[in-house]
Amino acid sequence: MIKIDKVSFSYGTRSVLHNVSLDIHKGEIVSLIGPNGAGKSTLLLIAMGLLSPQQGNIRVNNRLLKEWSSRDFAQYCAFVPQNPYLPPAFTIWESVLLGRTPYLNFLGLARKKDREIVKQALRWVEIENLLHRKVSEISGGERQRVVLARALAQEPECLFLDEPTNSLDVHHQVTLLSFIHRLAEEKQVTVFIVLHDLNLASTFSDRLILLEDGLVVLDGTPGQVMGNEKVLSVYRQSITVFNRPDEESRPAVLPVRMYDK
Amino acid sequence: MRSSGGVPVKIISLIIALFILLCSIVLSSGMGAVHIPPLKVISLLWQKITGWNIHIDYPESWNVILFNIRLPRVLLGTLVGMTLAIAGVVFQALFRNPLADPYLIGVSSGASFGATIAIYLVWKFSWGGFNAISIAAFFGALLTMFTIYGLSRIGKRTPVTILILAGVALGSLLTAGTTFLMFTASDAYQTIHTLGWLFGSLSSARWSEVTGILPYLGIGFLFLGIFSHRLNILQLDEHQAQALGINVEQTKLILIFVTTLATAAAVSVSGIIGFVGLIVPHIVRLIWGSDHRFLLPMSGLVGAAGLILADSLARTIFAPRELPIGIVTALIGAPFFLYLLRKQKRDIM
Repeated sequence: MIKIDKVSFSYGTRSVLHNVSLDIHKGEIVSLIGPNGAGKSTLLLIAMGLLSPQQGNIRVNNRLLKEWSSRDFAQYCAFVPQNPYLPPAFTIWESVLLGRTPYLNFLGLARKKDREIVKQALRWVEIENLLHRKVSEISGGERQRVVLARALAQEPECLFLDEPTNSLDVHHQVTLLSFIHRLAEEKQVTVFIVLHDLNLASTFSDRLILLEDGLVVLDGTPGQVMGNEKVLSVYRQSITVFNRPDEESRPAVLPVRMYDK
Repeated sequence: MRSSGGVPVKIISLIIALFILLCSIVLSSGMGAVHIPPLKVISLLWQKITGWNIHIDYPESWNVILFNIRLPRVLLGTLVGMTLAIAGVVFQALFRNPLADPYLIGVSSGASFGATIAIYLVWKFSWGGFNAISIAAFFGALLTMFTIYGLSRIGKRTPVTILILAGVALGSLLTAGTTFLMFTASDAYQTIHTLGWLFGSLSSARWSEVTGILPYLGIGFLFLGIFSHRLNILQLDEHQAQALGINVEQTKLILIFVTTLATAAAVSVSGIIGFVGLIVPHIVRLIWGSDHRFLLPMSGLVGAAGLILADSLARTIFAPRELPIGIVTALIGAPFFLYLLRKQKRDIM
């Protein structure tokens, strides 16, 4: 589905990714985890062509990224950025309708089918009651759902998300990720997501990829990755990992006080 | 009225605005030293367009006044007002900056400098219905825009902040040049002529100017019509816009070019008329919301009607003397805008 092949990237002289290779399969939820500055967001942006790597290449659905037109790509993949800006004067309806852009003709007129799909997307993330509200009138949690609904309106086969749960409370974090989980399960959407929160990543992912200083340190199921000693050293012994009684294959993490001893 | 008002509300609003514009054209054509009643204006227009003789009594001089003097001026005002307001919408959207106006990237300073040079060198040539001042202003504006765009280009991208800053910097340089020429002029008439041009006026309007700027405006409006929904998407940041399938750089370049082309054509025949391009988009956005497919035509109609009415006042309040039209647009527009701003108390973009 998404094949990242020996990608290296640097901002000026600062090297961010070294020779990263990954294969992401259809319907999988793959989370990129790792400390700040590990290169998670950069890798995500590169995987969807918003940044060009200095070396290596990316194939999506067996086609090189540069062979995709931006319109075709937008019909195939959607993006939920970190703290996305939405014009405050737009209504929720107008904001989500933007997701139909890659399907509209050159005049940008929405047809009945487009409006149907937008309605479905709003229903899917349970904000159909907000339709007429303005972006300036809704909460942060609702705003993230609007952006997710816009992504769904693109009818994507794969979904890229960059820390979508930032600045949401636990309830809203869980709701948003549950929507995404359901998408992967019911619609076989491939999800590639950057997550800071290790517990959320462990709870909702099929596969975790731990990055450190632009290198893939671990790649496996939540149990395999979180159970590995290397996680502790990557996070400089600031966490402790234990098995949760309700779901043994998805370990949990708690912070530990440092400098105590 | 809710800005999320459906399509019918918006279409009705557009029709009403079009009707108001037509009324303004008729009223304004009748205003002046020789008053022509609105109904007679309509009859004369009808007769001219259809060729039917409708047997009404009117002095022969009305024909000359209406068709050779007033109508070209009113129609030029329509086109210029329309262009400035639409260009204002485009630049505010493109730069995501509420302070943006059609002159933001050097159009006014470039056009002014060009016009001033033509005035001081006493260029007398004319081409395609334009005099030397208009032609110099037109190319001054376009040259400045291309220079600024070229200077702001970094690799394959043109960051908006750099574009604005380069525009401000080059603009001050050109304004300094204009001022320098005005101060060193040996002929006071040239300075007055330049000043008059800088404040904007429609007093020199002729048919050749109306038909002369039409092709540039036509090209501009056609492209903007096609690109209007993309302006909605450019309200998002560049990553989001790109992820929705928009080629951001290409879209930006096309929009800047066609908008500047139309603005340069308008400015070349009217001089620098301030305020319309800045305020009309905000007024329309405050009342009807920010869907650019509606915002563009509506602002065009409001800008046209507004400029015609301002021009009517400019030439009648202190008749036979004329006020610079920019003074009138600011005098009426600013209080109205401030009233709307206080009343709505919400984000304006």
